[in-house]
Amino acid sequence: MDNILESKSIKKYYHRGSETVKALDGVDFEIASGEMVAIVGPSGSGKTTLMNIISCLDNPTEGQLKIAGKDVTNYTESQLIKIRRENIGFVFQQFYLIPTLTAKENIELPFVFSKKSIDPQRINTVMERVGIQSKQNIQVNQLSGGDKQRCCLARSLMNDPAILIADEPTGKLETQVRDAIFSLFDELVQSGLAIFIATHDLELAEKTQRIIHLQDGKIVQREESSLYW
Amino acid sequence: MKLFIIAFKNLKRKKTRSVLTIGGVAIAVAVLVSLLGFNAGYQIALNNDVDKMGYQVLVTAKGCPYEAATLMLKGGGGLRFMEEEVFDRIVQDERIDKITPQLINTVFDADKDGGGGFTMFMGIEKSYLTLKPWTEFKEGEWFSDENADEVIIGYEAAELEQRRAGDKIFIPGIDKVLTVSGIFERTGTQDDGVIMLPLKTAQRIFDLEKKLTGIGIKLKDMTELPAFEEDLYDEASIQVISMAQVKGTIMNLISTAQILVTSVAFIAIIVAIFGVVNTILMSVFERTQEIGVMKAIGASKLDVFSLIWYETILICGLGGIVGSIIAILAGNSVEFFVKKLLPYAPEGNLVHITSGLLLLSLVGAIVLGLVSGIYPAYRASSMRPIEAIRSGE
Ligand SMILES: Nc1ncnc2c1ncn2[C@@H]1O[C@H](COP(=O)(O)OP(=O)(O)OP(=O)(O)O)[C@@H](O)[C@H]1O
Ligand SMILES: [Mg+2]
Repeated sequence: MDNILESKSIKKYYHRGSETVKALDGVDFEIASGEMVAIVGPSGSGKTTLMNIISCLDNPTEGQLKIAGKDVTNYTESQLIKIRRENIGFVFQQFYLIPTLTAKENIELPFVFSKKSIDPQRINTVMERVGIQSKQNIQVNQLSGGDKQRCCLARSLMNDPAILIADEPTGKLETQVRDAIFSLFDELVQSGLAIFIATHDLELAEKTQRIIHLQDGKIVQREESSLYW
Repeated sequence: MKLFIIAFKNLKRKKTRSVLTIGGVAIAVAVLVSLLGFNAGYQIALNNDVDKMGYQVLVTAKGCPYEAATLMLKGGGGLRFMEEEVFDRIVQDERIDKITPQLINTVFDADKDGGGGFTMFMGIEKSYLTLKPWTEFKEGEWFSDENADEVIIGYEAAELEQRRAGDKIFIPGIDKVLTVSGIFERTGTQDDGVIMLPLKTAQRIFDLEKKLTGIGIKLKDMTELPAFEEDLYDEASIQVISMAQVKGTIMNLISTAQILVTSVAFIAIIVAIFGVVNTILMSVFERTQEIGVMKAIGASKLDVFSLIWYETILICGLGGIVGSIIAILAGNSVEFFVKKLLPYAPEGNLVHITSGLLLLSLVGAIVLGLVSGIYPAYRASSMRPIEAIRSGE
């Protein structure tokens, strides 16, 4: 299987006054298409920092990042926008939908930005897939948390990304809804998407194919039994 | 769906704030449109008034030219008189095309308008009609004789006095009854409110034998005016006022008022710009995360810049439309105020709002939006997505 994402000794240092915070201190891993990976670790271990770097929102201090075979480490902002548009979908804990728009309008946004003409077929397929079709004309601030997350997921799928990056995707959801979202993730993985989830939710993490443990900015090996810390 | 629609829907998020900001722009635009409309309207009305006098030059007794200018247009008491022999001398001049003598006198009528008021009487000769060829009779005809005890009444004066041709009219304070020989059609000038009588009759009944208040003159060639004026310098008792001067004098009088209103309009525009910039900046900062997410899911700097720019343009454009509507609706009250405040207000519509002016103000409002949108749009577009998203955590 081809690796859709490769990270080689990625470091991210922040400077707080004279002190240097090593949020990431040499992280190596890769993800293949059709793989779902969970990244877990205590608060402050660098999960969000890593997600931001591999989703091309932030630059690493050191190291190399390859997406779909391309080394994007030294890409300019506009090149990164293109990579994000074409390869990466985002699912956020807080959803970050635009409250004044309807579900459907939110889902169409990526097309608006990539200046593609809106393909109604594609929108319907995506909405059907995440199960939001019946609520497409409701303004999103009237939707439930689960529906908001479905909406957010649909939006991330519009440009047909190769990787889905989800930072705490179930953090704000109830158990039932959480399971529904996870089974959606599962279906997507079956169809070849690579999904990368950062989470505190160990139940969710255990359902994925692989777990990466992060601690103090480094990947650590753990026994199954010591998953809880 | 377009960025423009997203921008429009965002205005509805904080309705009160949007409405207030649009209102601010609307007021600035309304003030400006009224001001410019008034400027144009006043010029047109003044030109119309002055042109409808029919003469380009007025010879009057020496006195303050400002006073003479306004008196001439407005009528009123305190007139100075000159000798009729001056007329006999000037009329010989080759350069003159048309000439008519006038004797204006005002009489206080205790019954007029309930509380009393002045009625204006004007002694004229038949040459009056050659200088004002547009004057037509509504009914009746010219005086039967140049010394007849008859009057011709201006359109409005006839309505006020409730007189028809053939009726009698009484001049208060003089104990004289005259017969109405005719009534003029409306001319849209001050003459509509005047009662006219033969010059000789006027001189006789007002006890002003051989006196005139003015001589209206139309030259064959306007470029001869300076020379013509110069020749009249020798006449010690008179002064020559050209209508061009009158226009200039009156425009001078109102220019002070204009400066005041212009500064008010200017302040209103500055306040409106600050209001718009403030509103949009606030809405940008409130949406920091939203903007970050838009960038994360593929919005370019230009997309974000345009989105915020559209919002300011929408606010200002809507403000421009609302302001124009206010200006049109308020035109009458503006006119009412102006007529009370100014030393001289011509007849007719003073506030002249054309479609060109409305278009100009709309374009102006949009330019205002373009300008005030630059900074907020720049701030939004230069936000880094990662920091913008994190700002709310
Ligand atoms: N912009 C920043 N400036 C300075 N330090 C930062 C910045 N962002 C993150 N850090 C630090 O980097 C470390 C890793 O933070 P990060 O948010 O990646 O952790 P996390 O694993 O996502 O934590 P959580 O589970 O609480 O979400 C923390 O010590 C954090 O304080
Ligand atoms: Mg985190």
